[in-house]
Amino acid sequence: MQAAKLGAETSPREREGAAQEAAPVISIREVSKVFGQGVAAFTALDRVQIDIGQNEFFTLLGPSGCGKTTLLRLIAGFDYPTMGEIRLFGQDIARQPPFKRPINTVFQNYALFPHMTVGQNVGFGLEMLGRPKAEIAGRVDEMLRLVRMEALKDRRTSEISGGQQQRVALARALAPQPKVLLLDEPLSALDYKLRKEMQIELKRLQHETGITFIFVTHDQEEALTMSDRIAVMSGGRVLQIGSAHDIYERPTERFVANFIGETNFLEGQVQGGGSVALDAGSVVPALPPEGFAPSGRVTVVIRPEHARLVPSGTAGSLAGTVSNAVYFGTDTHYHVTLGDGSEFMVRQQNSRASASHEIGAPVGVAIDEGAARMLRD
Amino acid sequence: MAATDTPPPAPSLPSFEAEAQTRAARRNRLLTLPALLIIGIFGVLPLLIILVYSFLEAGPYGGVVWNFSTEAYVNFLFQADIFSDKLTFAPAYLLIYLRSFLFAVATTLVCLILGFPTAYFMATRPPRQRNLWVLLITIPFWSNLLVRTLAIMFIIRDEGLINSILMGMGVIDHPITMLYTNFAVLLGLLYAFLPFMVLPLYASLEKLDFRLVEAAYDLYATRWRVLWRVIVPASLPGIVAGCLLVFIPTLGAYVTPLILGGGTHLMIGDLIAQQFGSGRNWPLGSSQALILMAVVLIALFVYVRNTTGRTPHG
Repeated sequence: MQAAKLGAETSPREREGAAQEAAPVISIREVSKVFGQGVAAFTALDRVQIDIGQNEFFTLLGPSGCGKTTLLRLIAGFDYPTMGEIRLFGQDIARQPPFKRPINTVFQNYALFPHMTVGQNVGFGLEMLGRPKAEIAGRVDEMLRLVRMEALKDRRTSEISGGQQQRVALARALAPQPKVLLLDEPLSALDYKLRKEMQIELKRLQHETGITFIFVTHDQEEALTMSDRIAVMSGGRVLQIGSAHDIYERPTERFVANFIGETNFLEGQVQGGGSVALDAGSVVPALPPEGFAPSGRVTVVIRPEHARLVPSGTAGSLAGTVSNAVYFGTDTHYHVTLGDGSEFMVRQQNSRASASHEIGAPVGVAIDEGAARMLRD
Repeated sequence: MAATDTPPPAPSLPSFEAEAQTRAARRNRLLTLPALLIIGIFGVLPLLIILVYSFLEAGPYGGVVWNFSTEAYVNFLFQADIFSDKLTFAPAYLLIYLRSFLFAVATTLVCLILGFPTAYFMATRPPRQRNLWVLLITIPFWSNLLVRTLAIMFIIRDEGLINSILMGMGVIDHPITMLYTNFAVLLGLLYAFLPFMVLPLYASLEKLDFRLVEAAYDLYATRWRVLWRVIVPASLPGIVAGCLLVFIPTLGAYVTPLILGGGTHLMIGDLIAQQFGSGRNWPLGSSQALILMAVVLIALFVYVRNTTGRTPHG
């Protein structure tokens, strides 16, 4: 039914795009948001382009001030973009008020109505949609069961804990069966253990409801463990979109590589045949990001777990000396100063077989096959 | 044996603390004494005098004659026939009370309707701007109410500002009579008491979490429904306080109806003042003042019962 609707209301150009991949639920087209005017103007979003598919757990990841919350507010309708379109099933909704969009939000501090009970909060959306009382009652019970809160239906929202408020906020946003659920750092107010629990809970809810989730967080670990796809944002721009694996293993920009996990950057000179002559004194094969033809100076990124310490002088390895070793139980982080003075970190799993290296000892750093990637900047 | 030389200090400690506490409590009570004295001497004592006066007979040239009488209360509702002393129902005073009550209700409602958007506007300004708006709202208090009421008179009288402008523009041929009408009294009361509505509303709305408003919008509530289902319930304390602060003083207003009503649109305050002045009937004035107080207390009781304590169901 949705496909038919889509076909009827979209232009031929869009239909072509839709034919290539599954039709996106939300399509953000060249969206910019500028706050203020003249000298005081601040660009919060700069020509953002994202497609989010059916039943996807999509995460907007970035440091505070990167524009992720602004983007979420534009999708919810609390603010309107300065330029661009936000399409829901192909229809531009960018200038519709929030109460006309089949999109619901879980707020950072839950924003539960303090003068209503838990049940009344959950039923609010359906009530506003003018659904019959019996349907609302049934749906409220169903939602509370889904988030395991049925026992607290008649409690006031001030009488329940933070984790419980979180569940009520989720039930309230899911009750009207939105097409898209927006989550604005919903776990940031919870303590560590509860947060882990809610992460699993959220994945379960998304799986059971089949609703597209757009999740905003600054916590890279949360993003990696929960998301189907991640958009890494910085300075109002989307730097990279991809699966957790893509983002971690194949970062295209320095910011992405740096923001997610620990990493090594090495400078070098591009050579023919997809390899880079590193300043530290070795030639490694390295792939460039898709659609990018590098030349001249380039930065190569290598994750610390994709390198090994080998005896000094081993062929193809980078020569250096151990400058520091930090023991982490399951593994040890060795900091190696390479020939050109750059620092390199190697994460080595601790096992009986693995040799320990003294600080100051000369070593070789061997890079795993295919582990090095060129960056765009 | 050695233990008897030094008394154990531990058990005496709690009593020591308790003693310090009672001493602090006594000192705190002492601090409230000046305020209590002022309330007692200038509030409770005159009230008692009024109460006593209301059960005495009126002196021929004002003052009271010390004879017990319920005449003042009887006269409030009935009039004695000059020849036969037969009592007939005379609703003149009652009507003035009713008028005053209607004026007070109308003033309160219009103040609420005008004050709410104003307070909402103020509460949604950036924090640094808000104090400026509060200051602007309090500006009328910087001058005397009498002066301000006279100013209204000059604006709305037949040769006043409004009529001059409208006639000058040729909109009307002869002046619209506004002064000494119900409209003039209502206008004066609105002007005098609007800040008392705006300020408590603002205090309430300023504390409102505007994310709740967004949450309601998000859950398909239209602007109108957001107002009724989220903003009004959250600002209920301010609405209650504002309505009380406007209703009570309006009911007993004196200067405004006197000047703008021109003596023909009396309210309770003017009526009472008359009994102590030209009417020379102090007991009647006293009884009217006490009846006013009773009316206010009953209205207050009913109002507070109906607006608070009740759980607003969504």
